[in-house]
Amino acid sequence: MELLGIPVQALLGQLLLGLVNGSFYAMLSLGLAVIFGLLNIINFAHGALYMMGAYAAWIGLTYFGIGYWESLLLAPLILGAFGMLIERALLQWLYKLDHLYGLLLTFGLALIIEGAYRHFFGVSGQPYPVPEQLSGATDLGFMMLPNYRAWVVAASLMVCMATWFVIERTRLGAYLRAGTENPRLVQAFGINVPLMVTLTYGFGAALAAFAGVLAAPVIQVSPLMGSNLIIVVFAVVVVGGMGSILGSIATGLGLGVIEGFTKVFYPEASATVIFVIMALVLLIRPAGLFGREK
Amino acid sequence: MTRTSLVFLALLAALLAAPFFVYPVLMMKVLCLALFACAFNLLLGFTGLLSFGHAAFLGTAAYSTGYAMTHLPVTPEVALILGTLAAAALGVVFGALAIRRQGIYFAMITLALAQMVYFFCLQVPFTGGEDGLQGVPRGALFGILDLRDDMMMYYFVLAVFLAGSLLIYRTIHSPFGQVLKAIRENEPRALSLGYDVDRYKLVAFVLSAALAGLAGATKTLVLGFATLTDVHWATSGEVVLMTLVGGVGTVLGPIAGAVIIVVLQNELADKVGSWVTVIMGTIFVVTVLAFRRGVVGEIAARFGGK
Repeated sequence: MELLGIPVQALLGQLLLGLVNGSFYAMLSLGLAVIFGLLNIINFAHGALYMMGAYAAWIGLTYFGIGYWESLLLAPLILGAFGMLIERALLQWLYKLDHLYGLLLTFGLALIIEGAYRHFFGVSGQPYPVPEQLSGATDLGFMMLPNYRAWVVAASLMVCMATWFVIERTRLGAYLRAGTENPRLVQAFGINVPLMVTLTYGFGAALAAFAGVLAAPVIQVSPLMGSNLIIVVFAVVVVGGMGSILGSIATGLGLGVIEGFTKVFYPEASATVIFVIMALVLLIRPAGLFGREK
Repeated sequence: MTRTSLVFLALLAALLAAPFFVYPVLMMKVLCLALFACAFNLLLGFTGLLSFGHAAFLGTAAYSTGYAMTHLPVTPEVALILGTLAAAALGVVFGALAIRRQGIYFAMITLALAQMVYFFCLQVPFTGGEDGLQGVPRGALFGILDLRDDMMMYYFVLAVFLAGSLLIYRTIHSPFGQVLKAIRENEPRALSLGYDVDRYKLVAFVLSAALAGLAGATKTLVLGFATLTDVHWATSGEVVLMTLVGGVGTVLGPIAGAVIIVVLQNELADKVGSWVTVIMGTIFVVTVLAFRRGVVGEIAARFGGK
């Protein structure tokens, strides 16, 4: 069976791969948006945190025999705590300054983390096995569905939707949104805004780490995996705008799929297609697809 | 004679005498990166725009000049101009796109666009892929002066550097530069005063891109190669670091920053290996937290000089 001269199996395979990449874009851009909303900082270290999450899983398995499922819970907890430490030790001094300093500081942090990991683990990728329960593929009749990839898409969608639910539909989320609008007023109502800020950064870090663990079996775990991804995620954020959570998720997944299809039809452009789309969106709708001009 | 012009004269004398005391190639590298940082500072320090993609301009010019010197029958000054023009042209495109957003988005957009250039350079055949362009000849200036001689090359690079710096100095002290500062301080106010803010930003962006290109083109002639490092995001980060360490928005800051960072990298490279990245990152963090005025900014604040 063929479509536009491409076997359907290949096309659907790339669609799924695109969705997998898109899930990572969605989770990371969501984390960036949540952090930016409350802290007014674009977290350049997000890619490094994602990489640390993947390494946490790899180190856990290699040195301590900790399995995939435990890592999926442990890595976000550890890196969430690490994120809160970063926020308390470094970021909290920047809130009164120009936003740009936050970007510069987290860029420095990313360099430190990446450099240290490169020193200890080298630049070559480390394989991480797919967990037993999810190995193999399911025959859907029209295509073979690799179980692990399906799981990645499902798990990240669940996490993204849960985040959306917490922020848009719960009391805690209401505080958070209010804090984004006007932190001083929220503080005046007796809510501990600094604590909320710390937790938010920790949550963003945990989300990145979760994505990292999910990614470990799909790609090679390497110190460079974060910085390569974060720049693409920046483009995703510019395309989607940071105003809407569902917008971030949809943009991430959508761009992942487009990138996947580009690999089928015009592979040379697959590395740059997201940047090209960003340029087009800037021309047509500078605020981003779901953005609001502030 | 004012103190400022004394400082400049002393600096000029030091630069003229430098190759007799310091390894000329290192000095030339410092000069090229200093010009790169000055060009970057024109945007960040005097217009308030943080470009995180300046490596694209450095690298595009480096590749263009390298290609011209190896494949076209041109003299080095023509190759330099070609490289600079290529960077300026790219600057027009990137600038027009990036100034559609402000602040933090501007930084992300320039970074993303520069990454696109990186992938482009990785894939197209004439950049030599992972190897880059190697063995670029220096040629003879105007077909007469042989630049293979390091001393000759040094004074040529110094001339390029001085011309570039002078252009930047004149720009920031011109009425045009005053408008740029007004935009940096308060963009809506500049707009309401009737200035076409986008246009000023675009001109500043293109000027900065062209000068960054000039620096990259000169660097290729000096070192004889252009590689993917020139277009990598780490290079964009490095120029931010140089400017930040030296002093954002000061005239001499980027030069001081370039000296500090290049010398530091040169000293550390064979001693600490991959820790260099960690050290650079630490300098970034410390500077942002405790030292935002940079070296020159601190000195100026202490001694009240301008």
